[in-house]
Amino acid sequence: MTGLRKSFGRTCALDGLDLSVASGEVHGFLGPNGSGKTTTIRILLGLIRADAGTVRLLGGDPWREATTLHRRLAYVPGDVTLWPNLSGGEVIDLLGRLRGGLDDKRRAVLLERFELDPAKKSRAYSKGNRQKVALVAALASGADLLILDEPTSGLDPLMEATFRACVEEERRHGRTVLLSSHILSEVEALCDRVTIIRAGRMVETGALADLRHLARTSIRAELARPPSGLDGLAGVHDLDVVGTRVQCQVDNAVLDEVLRRLTEAGVRSLVSQPPTLEELFLRQYSDGAAP
Amino acid sequence: MTAVAAPARAAGRNGTSSLTGTGELARLALRRDRYFLPAWLYILTAVIASTAYSFKGLYPTGPERAALAASLRGNPSMTALAGPVYGDSLGALTMWKVGLAAAVGAALMGIFTVIRHTRADEEAGRLELVGSTVLGRQAALAASLVVAFGACLALAVLIAVAMILLGFPTAGALAVGAAIGLTGAVFASVAAVTAQLSDSARGSRGIAGAVLGLAYLLRTVGDAGSGLSWLTWASPVGWAELLRPFADERWWVAALSLVACGALTAAACLLSARRDLGAGLLPSRPGRPRAPGWLRSPSALAWQLQRASLLWWTFGFAATGAVLGASAKGIGAALNSAQARDFIIRLGGHSGLIDAYFAALILMLGVTAAAYGVAAALRPRIEESEQRAELVLATPAGRIRWVAGHLVIAAAGPAVLLGAAGLTAGLAYGLRTGDVGSQLPRLLGAALAQVPAAWLMAGVAVAEFGLAPRMAASAGWTVLGVIALLTLVGPTLRLPQWVMDISPFTHLPRLPGGSFTAAPLVWLAGVALVLAAVGLVGLRRRDLG
Repeated sequence: MTGLRKSFGRTCALDGLDLSVASGEVHGFLGPNGSGKTTTIRILLGLIRADAGTVRLLGGDPWREATTLHRRLAYVPGDVTLWPNLSGGEVIDLLGRLRGGLDDKRRAVLLERFELDPAKKSRAYSKGNRQKVALVAALASGADLLILDEPTSGLDPLMEATFRACVEEERRHGRTVLLSSHILSEVEALCDRVTIIRAGRMVETGALADLRHLARTSIRAELARPPSGLDGLAGVHDLDVVGTRVQCQVDNAVLDEVLRRLTEAGVRSLVSQPPTLEELFLRQYSDGAAP
Repeated sequence: MTAVAAPARAAGRNGTSSLTGTGELARLALRRDRYFLPAWLYILTAVIASTAYSFKGLYPTGPERAALAASLRGNPSMTALAGPVYGDSLGALTMWKVGLAAAVGAALMGIFTVIRHTRADEEAGRLELVGSTVLGRQAALAASLVVAFGACLALAVLIAVAMILLGFPTAGALAVGAAIGLTGAVFASVAAVTAQLSDSARGSRGIAGAVLGLAYLLRTVGDAGSGLSWLTWASPVGWAELLRPFADERWWVAALSLVACGALTAAACLLSARRDLGAGLLPSRPGRPRAPGWLRSPSALAWQLQRASLLWWTFGFAATGAVLGASAKGIGAALNSAQARDFIIRLGGHSGLIDAYFAALILMLGVTAAAYGVAAALRPRIEESEQRAELVLATPAGRIRWVAGHLVIAAAGPAVLLGAAGLTAGLAYGLRTGDVGSQLPRLLGAALAQVPAAWLMAGVAVAEFGLAPRMAASAGWTVLGVIALLTLVGPTLRLPQWVMDISPFTHLPRLPGGSFTAAPLVWLAGVALVLAAVGLVGLRRRDLG
């Protein structure tokens, strides 16, 4: 899709968004909350129509050819609501049949892996369990394209691992996955390529390896002696030294060197964190503004 | 909507009473209802005040009112519909005309308010969110009742003040307000109990609504002159008329309502203390691990979603039909005043009287069936706004196939309901008169003749759903409410014919008894079809969600 625009009343949700996903790849679709991820997905599903721009999905127009295209895709919404008086198993079967049948063996395996009780009424499911119902229905469908909108929100860490393993399998079977998320680590673990959007515009796209320059680690350390030699080092940003306390952002490429110099000064405590998406955007923003 | 960690809630129980936090919750409820409740209060007060005002102009002199009261007393169908006329003062006539309708409106206000702030919040998980703060076990129930009772009290005061300002006697004005406000309070208490029974808001509202319907039916039969007047005493709706505003008020009847409120509220508290958050007392059946074989299309899903409600509605219509049919024969037996005889003769003898009774009640059933059609036609809008539609629409189903099942139910439903009522009414009346062979088809036909008007109302809802989805629900119900008021209240207000013509029900042949013409049925159905088509075209073009 190129130059996609969509406004709701006076709020502009998409402002000339470009996004391209190659077949067979797992594509991360990153952006903070409210950046237009769900709107983009709803356009891809033909639920809403873009005001301007061109969209091709699996070689067709998602608005006009919705029903034919939907034979080849499966979708998991970000906030799954189900029919309160249908059981999870009934919902999975129904969605599978609407898509033209589902693989019973795969359904059983997935139910077991996600530890989901299919006989419970949807009303009694927690958010995570509703998410699982939609995930099992989508993963058991054997569709060419999976569109997943923040699929792990509400899943516990164990289930997140199961989910990652499942997406890994889908990739091996040559399926295409569009994975929207606001969690960088999730996308890093799963995706071949990434598109980052902000306020309805694409800010960065490419193979994850190319985006490594974005990946920095933020370090906070308490040392025995004031450190030396951090100042001039390339790849160290926002350095802040107060006595024996050090705070800085480090490009992963020079992480090793920085740690060596810190240990030379005697490390008393050390906290290191991957940068949050917001920090990334902050950087993106200031980098763009600088000449 | 998200679940909140449970330990925080347990901590709140230490050293607090079961009512801690009621005040805060009540304030929150008032804030959330800041448009909802004033709208109810305004509409219900305005209905009473405007009817009183228009009666002042329509029947200014004593003899005119005496004649009207006499003719109404001679017409059992009118008495069955709206209650007995207890006097020929302006106030008594106003109470007769809209008193019961306003009482039912107040009852609905009470039911909606209580369920909204108890079971509906619980089901959506909002109660869990506020429950994690320092909050007593019964706080939500208590807060919802405080708000509902407060609204009923405000309604009683508003109505009394409006009537006093219009120059009515103070005692009667207070009695009208009390009769209507107390009915609301009793059904708020009923809803407090039903909110504990079912584990879904829809179920709780349904049971409370069924109790209201049953109460109305009881007093209909009690007032119909069939010698079963004790049934009116058994009905909380009946108490509103038995208080006799403006006709030698019987104040002690108010005590019945107060006792009922107290008993029901106590029962609700007991039940609420015995159950877990989220659970209902009626067992909720475990689901099936696999879907039945027929659940494989959007239409099958629509049927699965709507069948329980259709079943209950059909049961209600069949029961109503049976009761009306069985009680009709006794009508007019008690009539021996000169005016009443006049009235009967003008209507064409005793059989004419019974036909008029049936025609009036079937018209009421027709309007109710239209309400069912509107509800069924608006169901896809609920699916859309609660984001379940996108799960179906992300499959190859397509938009038209998605709504088709719901629309078939919206079209077939009113026919099924009216057919059921016509069938049981014909059967019951036929058995009482020993003439099933001719009464059954007559009454069945009369009931089915209402169907096209119900279709038209459902068609309006479909058009709104397709063209202006965000307003569809409010607009759909407003249009239906206006048409219902026009159809049922219009004739006594002597509205000009062109105003009455707005209602599709005005154009139907008056059956049984009147002459049958097919033309209006055909064009009403045609207009309904066009409206539905407009809605579908709109649906294909618009954004969803």
